[in-house]
Amino acid sequence: MVQRDDIRFLNPPTVDVKRKKYCRFKKAGIKYVDYKDAEFLKKFLNEQGKILPRRITGTSLKFQRKVAQAIKRARHIALLPYVTDLLK
Amino acid sequence: MQPFRKDRKGFIFKSNNMLKQYETVFIATPVLSDSQMKEAVAKYTDLIKENGGEIVCDEDWGLKKLAYPIQKKTTGFYHLIEFKANPEFIAKLEINFKRDERIIRFQTVSMDKHAIAYAERRRAKLNEPKAAPAEAAVNE
Repeated sequence: MVQRDDIRFLNPPTVDVKRKKYCRFKKAGIKYVDYKDAEFLKKFLNEQGKILPRRITGTSLKFQRKVAQAIKRARHIALLPYVTDLLK
Repeated sequence: MQPFRKDRKGFIFKSNNMLKQYETVFIATPVLSDSQMKEAVAKYTDLIKENGGEIVCDEDWGLKKLAYPIQKKTTGFYHLIEFKANPEFIAKLEINFKRDERIIRFQTVSMDKHAIAYAERRRAKLNEPKAAPAEAAVNE
């Protein structure tokens, strides 16, 4: 049996320090998500203009709902595209 | 802002007299001239006022590029109107928007207390930078 100590790595294994995700709205104390601010809403979209899931952005459920609503409003008044490529 | 729901009579009484705050963004066709655009805005602000509403503010965003073409147009004049009105009036306003050929897209959103607070801060911020560069120029 190979002991743990006997294994020599060529490169020391990188141990990722897991950074805790946080809800940016709760942290910054934002209470209203504005649908008119397209540049801000782009942070919650991927390159195709789809809404990013909570597990990636870390937004709390309460604000994810508001962000989704705001993005859909912004799309209706053509501030954001419904479908696109290379948004950023 | 919310009318009381406890007693039905009270609810009806309040909903008839209570003005709710809304904001409308509409996009007008880019072929309009400045005066035509002003006329279109005046039409809707007058309509709101005639129906017992009051204008809180209105904001012209100018000619902007659309994120996707609407009626084969790639640009449009954006205009934002913030107003208080009876909830019954909104349907009437939207019918007017629908029938107007100058308007290619519109959206009316009711505002809660956070939205109203945000709008006030946003307006203060928009008005500030105009004053600030002038001061900066003086300092230099």
